[in-house]
Amino acid sequence: MSYNYHIKPRTDLFSLDLKELYDFRELFFIFAWRDIKVRYKQTVIGILWVVFQPLVTMLIFTIFFGRLARIPSGSLPYSLFVLTGLVFWNFFANSLTHASLSLVENENIIKKVYFPKIILPLAAVVTTSVDLAINLAILFLYALYLGFTPSWQVLLIIPIGLIVIATAASGLGLLLASVNVKYRDVRYILPFFIQIMLFLSPVIYGSDLIDPSQRIFMAINPTSGVIETVRRLFTQSNFTFSPDFAVSALVAVVIFLIGLAYFRHTERFFADIV
Amino acid sequence: MTPIIEVHHLSKRYRIGRAQSYFSLRDSINHFFTKPLFLRNRPRQFWSLHNLSFQVEPGQVLGIIGSNGAGKSTLLKILSRITPPTKGTVDLHGRVASLLEVGTGFHPELTGRENIFLNGAILGMSQKEIRAKFDEITSFAEIDNFLDTPVKHYSSGMYMRLAFAVAAHLEPEILLVDEVLAVGDHQFQRKCLGKMRDVSRGGRTVIFVSHNLESIKSLCTQALLLDKGRIIASGSPQDVVSRYINNNLQENQVDTGRYPILAQDNSLTLLSFSLLNSRHKPSHTLISGNEIHWSASLKFNRLPQSFNFVIALENENNSRVVTIASQPSLSASVITKTGRFTLAGSCPGINLQPGYYRCAVGIRFNDQTVLYQPSLGFITIRDNSTSMYPGQNGLVRTDSVWHISHEH
Repeated sequence: MSYNYHIKPRTDLFSLDLKELYDFRELFFIFAWRDIKVRYKQTVIGILWVVFQPLVTMLIFTIFFGRLARIPSGSLPYSLFVLTGLVFWNFFANSLTHASLSLVENENIIKKVYFPKIILPLAAVVTTSVDLAINLAILFLYALYLGFTPSWQVLLIIPIGLIVIATAASGLGLLLASVNVKYRDVRYILPFFIQIMLFLSPVIYGSDLIDPSQRIFMAINPTSGVIETVRRLFTQSNFTFSPDFAVSALVAVVIFLIGLAYFRHTERFFADIV
Repeated sequence: MTPIIEVHHLSKRYRIGRAQSYFSLRDSINHFFTKPLFLRNRPRQFWSLHNLSFQVEPGQVLGIIGSNGAGKSTLLKILSRITPPTKGTVDLHGRVASLLEVGTGFHPELTGRENIFLNGAILGMSQKEIRAKFDEITSFAEIDNFLDTPVKHYSSGMYMRLAFAVAAHLEPEILLVDEVLAVGDHQFQRKCLGKMRDVSRGGRTVIFVSHNLESIKSLCTQALLLDKGRIIASGSPQDVVSRYINNNLQENQVDTGRYPILAQDNSLTLLSFSLLNSRHKPSHTLISGNEIHWSASLKFNRLPQSFNFVIALENENNSRVVTIASQPSLSASVITKTGRFTLAGSCPGINLQPGYYRCAVGIRFNDQTVLYQPSLGFITIRDNSTSMYPGQNGLVRTDSVWHISHEH
């Protein structure tokens, strides 16, 4: 017989069984497919919400921050400036939210069936990238409409930037998802946390507003590198990897490892306490 | 033959004394400040399983019986890897699928077709396997016309049939079944039993946890009796079942077992329940036709709009012979605050045939069944010695007066 399982008390804390993850790849995609399928059922305009959300937010931010507060946006119109920020920011915020709630939302499955739980938060991040793809299309259509053709290097920088954001969001999501199993407060704290993070990110303002000596703190934020670079590429074609990007990537990896370790450490109790 | 399941010295410890299944951060912080570490009670520990060892040969159908809290469900959860053991090991030489609850992961917004793929994947089937069995599943479930309807529009019968159909088409080497037969109508239950018999004839190993002692006797090749986390009997299903019934009859009363039973939605807790004889004493032996009393202790965590307590007696053949339900008006006037309440009642006497009966209780809270315990123990109904006549059978008996006179 080809299947052999040895069940013993869990003592190994930080192991990640990659072979097992590979064995469960179908379930991973099924969860992602289910979430996409279910997300906009029973809504009147369905998937159009994905289009409206960033556009409406852009409009509001342009009126309040662009027109009234006159936040400088360099050589870009403020609306394009803020939309660039929002597209990447939304990917981070939505991935983080869905990942953090994924375990509790699938509580009935966790209690009944065995599978590596890590696929739930990871599938939540994958699900969000469908929204992201639509948002990116909107961003570039809008840029072209305003007469800004981004330089070809965006094709290089966006995938790297998204990997950095997805890594950070998964890491933080793994951490918060496991905390949420025990303390349901996460659900209530999360919106505040995301709002604060929004103001700490270069979404509604550019990082050149920040004193250069403190810009390194901005770079810790995983979204800042890609947002700033893509904005630059709308007007300039000379592309240099800014050190900010390296800091963002490093921070994302550290967050991911911490989240993963905590998740693995608490995972064995999920079915008992969720 | 080498065993397919080997369980060695398996133990599982839970910490108890926590009413809620999850905690709020505030409680933890409060707790931290009000009770410094050195003053804090260690959480009470509770061994749900204690040093269990057994083996199962391929093709065996092992029945597991025991009262509420004996550790049956914990054992299945460990075998299906949902929760890890505290001590001991298990070796499984084959793919395991568990039917701890059919319909796991069903999504109401998705159609029947989509749910077959979703549920199949959750239960451990590959997409290829599901596609191969798709037609079989839909015809078993008898839902061909509703395949593209969201399951939220299904009747509960259709929903159950679909859920069971997917689960029944799993082809693991080891199948774990827990109480699935408690649901669905009678005809459907028979279909399920038939399917389980096929599965075991196909050479696969089944572990079957049930309160349905007749199906344990008819389906299983081996049985285990668990009590307070230990194996107290094992062997042929006939012997183990009669040992279980005798053990239960020796204990004084029908009771809630080792721990209180919390309703599914946390609305209330059944702290204790006993059946009493006509002299208001807890008793496992009642006289047919005499008054029966009962008393339950309940803790309400929320105020009910409506509340029903139901007691059912089922005979050796698993037929429900009587259901005693509290009147709907019972709660509104009395339960005006949360906390502990005693619920007592009586009935004037049921003329049951002598024999043993299983006692089940259920609680409905705001018209939802929030608690159902299919076996709180057994009672024996004894004859009132005066009424033994030849030729009396059937589910109930009655006193009767006869006259005979000569026809002119």
